[in-house]
Amino acid sequence: MSVRPNDARPAGHKPPFWRDRAKRALIFQLILVAVVAAFLIYIIGNTQANLEARGITTGFGFLSDTAGFGIGQTLIEYSSQSSYGRTFVIGLLNTLLVGGLGVLAASIIGFIVGIARLSPNWLIAKLANAYIETFRNIPLLLQIFFWYFAVLRTLPSARESMAFGEAIFLNVRGLYLPQPLFESGFGLIPATFIVAIVASIALVIWNKRRHEATGKRLPVFWMSLVIIFGLPLLVLVVTGVPVTWEMPVLRGFNFGGGITIIPEFLALWLALSIYTASFIAEIVRSGIQAIPHGQTEAAQALSLPRKLVLRLVVIPQAMRVIIPPLTSQYLNLIKNSSLATAIGYPDLVSVFAGTTLNQTGQAIEVIAMTMAVYLIISLLVSMFMNWFNARVALVER
Amino acid sequence: MIHNKDMIPEQPAPKGTIGPIGWLRGNLFNGPINSLFTLLGLYVLYLLLVPTIQWAFINADWIGDSREDCSRVGACWVFVNARFSQFIYGLYPSEEYWRANIVFAMFAGIIAWMVIPRLPFKRWVTVFALLGFPVVAYVLLHGGYFDLPRVSTHRWGGLMLTLLLASVGMIGALPIGIVLALGRRSNMPIVKTFCVIFIEFWRGVPLITILFMASVMLPLFLPSEINIDRLIRALIGLTLFQSAYMAEVIRGGLQAIPKGQDEAAAALGMTYWKRMGLIIMPQALKMMIPGIVNTFISLFKDTTLVMIIGLFDLLGIVQAALSDSRWLGFSIEGYVFAAFVFWIFCFSMSRYSQYLERKLNTGHKQ
Repeated sequence: MSVRPNDARPAGHKPPFWRDRAKRALIFQLILVAVVAAFLIYIIGNTQANLEARGITTGFGFLSDTAGFGIGQTLIEYSSQSSYGRTFVIGLLNTLLVGGLGVLAASIIGFIVGIARLSPNWLIAKLANAYIETFRNIPLLLQIFFWYFAVLRTLPSARESMAFGEAIFLNVRGLYLPQPLFESGFGLIPATFIVAIVASIALVIWNKRRHEATGKRLPVFWMSLVIIFGLPLLVLVVTGVPVTWEMPVLRGFNFGGGITIIPEFLALWLALSIYTASFIAEIVRSGIQAIPHGQTEAAQALSLPRKLVLRLVVIPQAMRVIIPPLTSQYLNLIKNSSLATAIGYPDLVSVFAGTTLNQTGQAIEVIAMTMAVYLIISLLVSMFMNWFNARVALVER
Repeated sequence: MIHNKDMIPEQPAPKGTIGPIGWLRGNLFNGPINSLFTLLGLYVLYLLLVPTIQWAFINADWIGDSREDCSRVGACWVFVNARFSQFIYGLYPSEEYWRANIVFAMFAGIIAWMVIPRLPFKRWVTVFALLGFPVVAYVLLHGGYFDLPRVSTHRWGGLMLTLLLASVGMIGALPIGIVLALGRRSNMPIVKTFCVIFIEFWRGVPLITILFMASVMLPLFLPSEINIDRLIRALIGLTLFQSAYMAEVIRGGLQAIPKGQDEAAAALGMTYWKRMGLIIMPQALKMMIPGIVNTFISLFKDTTLVMIIGLFDLLGIVQAALSDSRWLGFSIEGYVFAAFVFWIFCFSMSRYSQYLERKLNTGHKQ
C-alpha cells in the first residue's frame, strides 16, 4: 500500500490531504466521535431536565429502601419488609433457576429428537421432524400462554387435584412434591459423592496412562458409574437412611407441606424447554450430518468397533460443529426466560424491571441493572465460546 | 467349462424386498428394536391424532354467533369466526377495512413477485418495496391525506399490526445492519469498536428489556415537548434490535466472498464504495438471503412481545378477546388459531429459505 510507483510526479507536489487514506480515516473517526458525543450530551441533558421535572432523584440509594410487596417464589429468605436490593437478588435467582433447568431439559429433549431425526426408522424420523417444524414455527410467547392459560389454569381445584400415588399432586395452584428432610449425618453423603467423583477422575487418568503404556484397558465408564452412584448409596444404607419425606397434605382449601412448584414456573419451563429443544435438535442433526461419511468408513477400515467409531471419531468432530450454535441457543433460552413477565413468574424482569420500577420510578437505574445482568451473562458465555473455539479449532498443516 | 449355455431368465426381486412390504421391512421393521420403536411411534401418533381430530373437526362447531351455538364437546370455532375481523384488523374501523385490504393485496403482490423466479424487473420491485411501499401503506392506513379519514395508531392491531411491525423492523434494519457490518470489518479502530459495542449490546439483552426501554426510557431521553406514539417507540426498539442481528448475518455473507474479489477490484482502481457497491455487496447479498429470511422469521415471532407494552398484535388481540366475559373458556381455540396463522407464515418462509439455499448452493462457495 505504501509503495507508490508513480514517481513521475514533480518534486514538492503533495496530494491534498483528503486523498491520503490515513488522514481521511482519522478525520472520519473524529467526526464519528463528535457525533456520538453530541448525541449523548443531548440525551443526558434531556434526561436530567425530565427527571427534575418529575421530581426523581437519580442514584442507587433506593436499593436499601423497603420493598413492601410479596413475591410468589423465593429461593432465599424474603418478606415484604426486605429491601429493593433483595428483590433484585430474588429475581436474578429465579431467572437463573428457570434458565438452568430449562437448559437441562432442552438439551435432553433436543439431543433425543435430533438423533431421532436421523433414525433409519422412517416413522421415528418423521415424528421428530414434525416436532421440530411444529414448535420452532410458533412464537414462544404463544406457547407460554398456551401452557399457562389453556392447560395449567384449567386444572381442577385443590380438592379435586390429580394425584400420582399419594405423594405428588397437581392442581390449579401448582405441582406439589414431597420434600426430603435431612437429618444429622446426611452431610456424609454429598461428601462421599464428591470423593467418588474425584476417585473416578483419577481412575480415568490412570487408565489412560496404562492404556498408552501397555495397550490394556479397563471398562472405566461402567466402573466410574458404579463408584459415583454406588458409594454414596452404600453410605446412605450404612448410616441408616437419614432422610424423611414430608408429604404434601390437603389442609382446608390448599396443600401444606412438601415442595410447591408454582404453575407460572411450570408453564415457563415447559414452553422454554420445548421451544428451545426444537432448535437444539436441528443443531444436533446438522452437526452429525456435517461429518463426512468417509470419516466413519476410514475408522471402520482401521477395524475400530462401532462404539469407538462413534466415541473417538464422529462425536468429537460433531461436537466441534454443535457446541458454538448450542451455546447461543442456551443464551437465547436465558434471554427468553424474561418473557416470564407476561404470566407473572417472578423473574428478574418481572420483579425488578416490573414491580420495583413501577414503585420507585427509577427507570434508568433499574433498566441499566437489568440489562447489565443479561450483558454479563452473554459476555461470560461468549468468552467461554472463544476459549472453546480456540481449543478445538482444527490445526491445519 | 460352461455347462449351461442358456441364459437364466430374469428373476423377480425376492418377495418382501420390493413394493410396500419391502418398504415397510426396510424402513420400519428392520430388526426387533426398530420394530418396537415403530409400534411405540404408532401408539404415540394414535394418542395424539385421534383426540385432536375429533376435537378440532368431528365434534367441532363452526356456525353460529354466540357461545350458545357451541356444544362444548369439541372445538368452538364460532368464537374465532365471530372475532375473525378483529383478529385480522384489530380495532380498525370496519368501514375503512378496504384501505387495509389494499395494503394487504399490495404486500401479497410484492411477495409473490419476488418469490416467483420467472417474473422480470425484480430490482425495480425491490426498490418499490423498500422505498415506495412504506409511504403508500402509511398514507393508506393512517389517512389524513386525500380526504381519507385519519385512523390513529392505537386502533391498529391484529395480523395487520404483526405484519406491519415485522416489515418495518426489517426494512429499517437492513440499511443499519449493512452499515454496522461494514463498520465491524473496517480497519478504522474507533469505527470498529463502536460497531462491535453497538452490535453486542443489542444482541446481549432480551428484546423485552429493549421494549421496556423504548416505552419507559425513550420519553426521558427526548425533550418533554416531543411525544412519540407508542407504536413508533416499539418500532424504534424492534428496528435497533433487528439491525444488530442483521449486521451479523451480513458480516457472515461478506466473509464468504473470497478476498481476491476485493483485491481484484482494488487493482482496477475502484474506490471503497465502488468495490462494496458493485463487486462485494451484489455477490454477498445473494448469499445472505437465506440468513436474512431466517432472521425475519425470528423477528416475525418476536413481534408478539409488543403486547407486553400494550400494543394489540395478533396474539395481543386474541388474548384480549379471551378475557371477554361473553366468551370465557375458549382459550384453546384462540391460541390454536393464532398458532396456526403464525405457523403458516413461519413454515412457508423457512421452506422458502431452504429452497434458496439449495438453489444458491451451486459450488461458488469456498
